[in-house]
Amino acid sequence: MKTVYKKPEPITNRPTTYCPGCPHGIAHRLVAELLEEMNLTSETVIVWPVGCSVFGYYFIGTDAVEAAHGRACAMATGMKRTHPESFVITYQGDGDLASIGIAETVHAAVRGEKITVVYVNNGNYGMTGGQMAPTTLIGQKTTTSPYGRDPKLTGFPMHVPEMLATLEATAYIARASLDSPQHIIQAKKFLKKAFNAQVNGIGFSLVEMISSCPTNWKMTPVAAMERIRNEVLPVFPIGEFKVAEGVE
Amino acid sequence: MEKKVIIAGFGGQGVMLAGELLAEAGKEDNKYVTFLPSYGPEMRGGTANCDVIISDEPIASPIISYPEAAVILNLPSLDKFEPAMKKDGLLVLNKSLIPREVKRNDLRVVEVDAQTIAKELGNEKIVNMILLGVYITIEKPVSLDSVKNAMKLFLKGNKEKFIPVNEKALEKGAEIAEEFLGRK
Amino acid sequence: MGEKTLMKGAEVIAEAAMRAGCMAFFGYPITPQNEVPEYFSRQMPKLGRVFLQAGSEVAAINMVYGAACTGTRVITTSSSPGISLMQEGFSYIANSDVPCVVVNAMRGGPGLGDIAPAQADYFQAVKGGGHGDYHSIVIAPYTLQEEADLMFDAFDLADKYRIMVVVLVDGLMGQMMEPVEFKEWVDVKKFKTPDWATVGQRDRDHRNIITSLEILAEGLEKMNFHLQEKYKIIEKNEVRFEEYKMDDAEYAITAFGTIARIAKTVVNMARDEGIKLGLIRPITLWPFPTKLIEKRAEQLKFFFDSELNAGQMLEDVKLAVNGRKPVYFYGKLGGIVPSAEDIYAEFKKHIKGDR
Repeated sequence: MKTVYKKPEPITNRPTTYCPGCPHGIAHRLVAELLEEMNLTSETVIVWPVGCSVFGYYFIGTDAVEAAHGRACAMATGMKRTHPESFVITYQGDGDLASIGIAETVHAAVRGEKITVVYVNNGNYGMTGGQMAPTTLIGQKTTTSPYGRDPKLTGFPMHVPEMLATLEATAYIARASLDSPQHIIQAKKFLKKAFNAQVNGIGFSLVEMISSCPTNWKMTPVAAMERIRNEVLPVFPIGEFKVAEGVE
Repeated sequence: MEKKVIIAGFGGQGVMLAGELLAEAGKEDNKYVTFLPSYGPEMRGGTANCDVIISDEPIASPIISYPEAAVILNLPSLDKFEPAMKKDGLLVLNKSLIPREVKRNDLRVVEVDAQTIAKELGNEKIVNMILLGVYITIEKPVSLDSVKNAMKLFLKGNKEKFIPVNEKALEKGAEIAEEFLGRK
Repeated sequence: MGEKTLMKGAEVIAEAAMRAGCMAFFGYPITPQNEVPEYFSRQMPKLGRVFLQAGSEVAAINMVYGAACTGTRVITTSSSPGISLMQEGFSYIANSDVPCVVVNAMRGGPGLGDIAPAQADYFQAVKGGGHGDYHSIVIAPYTLQEEADLMFDAFDLADKYRIMVVVLVDGLMGQMMEPVEFKEWVDVKKFKTPDWATVGQRDRDHRNIITSLEILAEGLEKMNFHLQEKYKIIEKNEVRFEEYKMDDAEYAITAFGTIARIAKTVVNMARDEGIKLGLIRPITLWPFPTKLIEKRAEQLKFFFDSELNAGQMLEDVKLAVNGRKPVYFYGKLGGIVPSAEDIYAEFKKHIKGDR
């Protein structure tokens, strides 16, 4: 009998706490599949964030730590610098990484820390009830931008990969999307390159994954995925922004 | 034995070096020693002073509030420390940069035209060592030889060539002190 | 043990920490303790150990947190405003049961304050600072020799109890020089990665998760009980203090750190005049020598607490004395260090009324 589909080995048996239709499960699966395929599970430590994936360590069964809000890249730095043989991932949302943790993220990238950042961007603060994030689209209504995000008041959506790609010590920087099967296959390819950048000791790697938040967007899962294609991807284009020499 | 001295002047006059040298010499002599620096906010050219204590017993406070001895390299430092001096305290003054008389008449005062002497010895940067030589010879917290030994730790590599002139400065200071003691 | 070296207090901290087996430093520059990171930056690479200047104190303490989660002997050093920024990390570290050492060379506050010596972070260090019910072990050396020795104890205690140890000094101790005899280098080859460390599961039969999060109140209460149990053991076993001329004392000065050193001079001044004054110097500020002070209250006419703040340890002294004897206070603020003469004069004001 041929196995056509199975649970990746690092995924635990615990049911996730994510909302129906939330793409965090997809992002978790991509991470877990690659850990298994690249035989990295036993040397991996994942730094989990504050946000919807705060309990991520219940769902991916590696060694794990739980960072303070935004500090994942600093914590990962402390672990990787003292234990370079560990494979260190941070898994962060857009509030955690792009807002409160932007300084820690940028400086980890500036130093070329040999860590991999999985950056899941759903355009709002999911866990706390859908407040405005730095990545919220212009005109998008959230609980703290009830009249729609007004650039005169709060500026424009923040493009993290484009910013980080300008830094010399970054090894691999890309943006993928979790809205469709092709995009998910592409996301996995990007993430594999990011993992490789760390395995080969080249430098800092980050993959942004455009995600949806059906609950706070007040949409069905299918409609939320459509919104990604129609509204989000035009603002946050998919692509590789930095591929340093030696990254495969 | 417990000897306490404040060394004070402009930053760049070698105030801290003189203090550290004295402290190092005290350590070489197996004494208890504390060195406490105090700087103005400027990185260069501001006032600087340090408290050095050398003792046979463990030292309690490293701070000297009322000095029994002070080596003073400039006028602002004399203005600052003269009023706090203990009765019969020793003031070793760099007269070249202090255009006034000491106001109190209950202190022992040695006035040294140290800039001129330094020039004669061929190096204007040794004013601190001339005055240190005076202080050590009068108060004897450590021997002159210990200071000379300690100097080797500070003047190393391309600074080693300055050892002879600094030793000469210490000796010149000792001479001045002997004269002062003889006159008394 | 061996030769004495004349060294700046800030450099003594770094040298002693390295000898005690500190494998990593993360920090951010701030006066008056910059000589500490500078010394580490020169020496750590030679030893093949980690030195990293972080982007901020917030980043620095979270790097420490990360390294601590791997069971590595790790340190950060800072001064008051920088320590304020680190409080978030301290709280997480406390509820994660990971060991680390933090040095605070206290300066005048609040706010940007000044760069002169102060002791106004006592409350912050001893009573928490960060959120939640937690303690760190707080050690306050008063000479550079004691500082050199206690750095070893700081790392040992941190590892023994998996707790943060704060070494609380002030700018004066950082800047002064004194001959110091260092203990021998700890053999770091003997260090083993602890069973609880998060370095990848590898051959372990279980995976490790280090988190300060427990969303169920009953679970979080359990975590808190665990911490409180640990604190009780520390309070029982690790109280340290020094008494000076206390056997026949009728009065006692209570003081820590730099001011305790000055207080020793005050005790000697009083003794020269036939006044039976002694000194009680807490070396651990947490756990505090409560029982000792409680006991001494019986023999003393009054306590006289002196600090470089508006009366912070004073509260712990008063709690220990529990109203049985008067506790007077003299403090200087904003970075001013009083002379022994100042303190003695203040002390004598109370003795007049007493006689």
